[in-house]
Amino acid sequence: MFLTYIYRELRRRHRQAILTSLGLALGICLVVVVSATAGGVRNAQTQVLHTLYGVGTDITVSQNATQGSGGPAQFGMNPGSPDQQGQRFSRDRINSTSGLALISDKKVTSIANLNGVSAAVGGLTLSSIHMSGHFAQVTGGTSGPPAGQFGGSVTSTATPSQAPIKIDAFSIAGVDVADQSIGPLSSATITSGRTFSMSETDAKVVVVDSGYAKQNSLAVGDTMKIGGVKFTVIGVSKSASADANVYMPLQRAQTLADEKGKVNQVYVKATSATLITQVKKAIKATVPGATVTTAQDLANQVSGSLSSASKLANQLGKWLAIAALVAAIAVASLLMLSAVGRRVREFGTLKALGWRSRRIVSQVLGEALAMGVAGGIAGIGLGYAGAQLISRLSPSLQATVANAGFPRGGATTFGGSPGGAGPSSAMRGFAHTVTVNLHAVVSPALLAVAIALAIGGALIAGALGGWRAARLSPADALRRVD
Amino acid sequence: MLYELHDVSKRYDQSKKQVVALNGIDLTIAEGEFLAIQGSTGSGKTTLLQMLGALDGPTAGSVLFEGQDLAKMTERQLSRLRSNAFGFVFQAFNLIPTLTAQENVETALVPLRISATERAERARSALAEVGLAERGAHVPAELSGGEQQRVGIARALVHNPRVILADEPSGNLDERTRDEIISLLENLWRERDQTIILVTHDSHIAARASRRLWLDAGAVADPNIAGEPVPPEELVPSPV
Repeated sequence: MFLTYIYRELRRRHRQAILTSLGLALGICLVVVVSATAGGVRNAQTQVLHTLYGVGTDITVSQNATQGSGGPAQFGMNPGSPDQQGQRFSRDRINSTSGLALISDKKVTSIANLNGVSAAVGGLTLSSIHMSGHFAQVTGGTSGPPAGQFGGSVTSTATPSQAPIKIDAFSIAGVDVADQSIGPLSSATITSGRTFSMSETDAKVVVVDSGYAKQNSLAVGDTMKIGGVKFTVIGVSKSASADANVYMPLQRAQTLADEKGKVNQVYVKATSATLITQVKKAIKATVPGATVTTAQDLANQVSGSLSSASKLANQLGKWLAIAALVAAIAVASLLMLSAVGRRVREFGTLKALGWRSRRIVSQVLGEALAMGVAGGIAGIGLGYAGAQLISRLSPSLQATVANAGFPRGGATTFGGSPGGAGPSSAMRGFAHTVTVNLHAVVSPALLAVAIALAIGGALIAGALGGWRAARLSPADALRRVD
Repeated sequence: MLYELHDVSKRYDQSKKQVVALNGIDLTIAEGEFLAIQGSTGSGKTTLLQMLGALDGPTAGSVLFEGQDLAKMTERQLSRLRSNAFGFVFQAFNLIPTLTAQENVETALVPLRISATERAERARSALAEVGLAERGAHVPAELSGGEQQRVGIARALVHNPRVILADEPSGNLDERTRDEIISLLENLWRERDQTIILVTHDSHIAARASRRLWLDAGAVADPNIAGEPVPPEELVPSPV
């Protein structure tokens, strides 16, 4: 009788029932689409942060180089003596990334021993430039530097002939092979081959970024020369940010750069997310003058369309969904109240027949629940379709992080002429941009929340209607003229 | 005694004005009576019937049913009393429009918490008793006024109530159908010794009751009219 009565009553008021269900469906649809989009934006943010920052890394520590340290890169492109003019030359230069001061290994150990630090590993980012070509042919008077001296500048009144120079510049990241869960390789995926084993602390092996591998036709098993040393490619990695072109064991990178026991970045993992601020303070005290960047700092620096989408989803979208849901529940409540108002005599009769108020309320709630379930299912269907449409269109979002002492990322497009900006300036003050595609995520939890909201909304509407029905005195209800 | 009413009054507040619906009614009703409550419009007869059916309470005085003061009963007890002891017949039939005749009759059995099979069986036999065995699957809109009121009577008697309370049961019917309905109630009184309390403004119908009560402005107008039961041979012949 309970279900028959609900079914017949909804069939009789089918227009109103459809309107109520559609209202709820629209509200639920918006909640699903907005939440799925917000979930997609969050995933995109996480993806961006991971690519920029490395999965598992909570904090990075670096130290800016002091002004006047280092020196101009000298490649010795001038012939030392007139007889070297026009001869072939080949130069390699490997330096610690410009702008970053070197930090002692001991500081890494001190950071690792801080309270709230789960792990800390050092990393050494290097820039490698290989130049080859022919010395310039100088015609006319010459007052060059003494024979045997490479480097320096040409001080000639004569005009050097154009000499073709081939430049191969790339970045290197020294990876602590003992803990690769944090650090430069943590955000990368090995697409072929393997990563470093624990024993390869000083091995002449490298993992190359897929983009760089493709550009230079490198594959697993191939060899490449870096600083005159032959390295075997053991793996190819892929990451959106391409932290470096080439990864090698930290100790080997230190040897290559002649910087034993030195790193220029420290990757830190906190024991708990709540301790990150405290750990940041402790690190600053341990390494005075260090630039300590947390994931939140980085997230705050993210700008671009991803940031706008995030703000849109979190602010406008959230309120739009809430407003639509509240409006849907309000409309459903009004329609339920109106329906109960039209059935006063019916409920009065049922009370005269001995039906208790509770039974009448449950009847009204049952009708509301049926409309809520129908609205919820329709809303989830519409919302899912909307989310699929967004995923199909897959709008691309760009996230840009201005460099704020966070010397990561793929400032790998050095190149240019040797007399131009060069790698040093390219690595300094970069803004890193990552493009990700937005995929709206409809999770089972979201579907559960949506159906709960639909049922909850319908029950609120039903409870209001039921409350009105329960308040009726049977005598008053029967006196009512329809 | 089935009912005892002592000095029962009912007043309503209606837009700053107090309306007296009942004014000091003293009345007793015995089991097996067929009582007709007569009176003009606004005389308080429907109010009195609702009090007898535990749908409304007095503002003064007491209504005792089988010695129990209805005003002292909880809402739950009143619901139980209405579902067990009373059967209502309404002037406008008050059938649920979406339910079939069979299902409408079953609504009176819902509070008794009996099985669906027993409920259906009892509803079928109540419909058969009022001559509608073949019309159970029809919704009210597909039934004539007389048939709808028969469904109303089946619904009132399906749970074997102590009293059937009928409020102008033939008020919305033509003369021929009116006689059919009154005869149906009268047969229940005669054959089942069913207590029937009927409100009407029609003297022709009231004349067929065993006792008549005339209300005027909420008070019993002529106590003498409430006489002895009318002998069957003096009753208006039933057309059925």
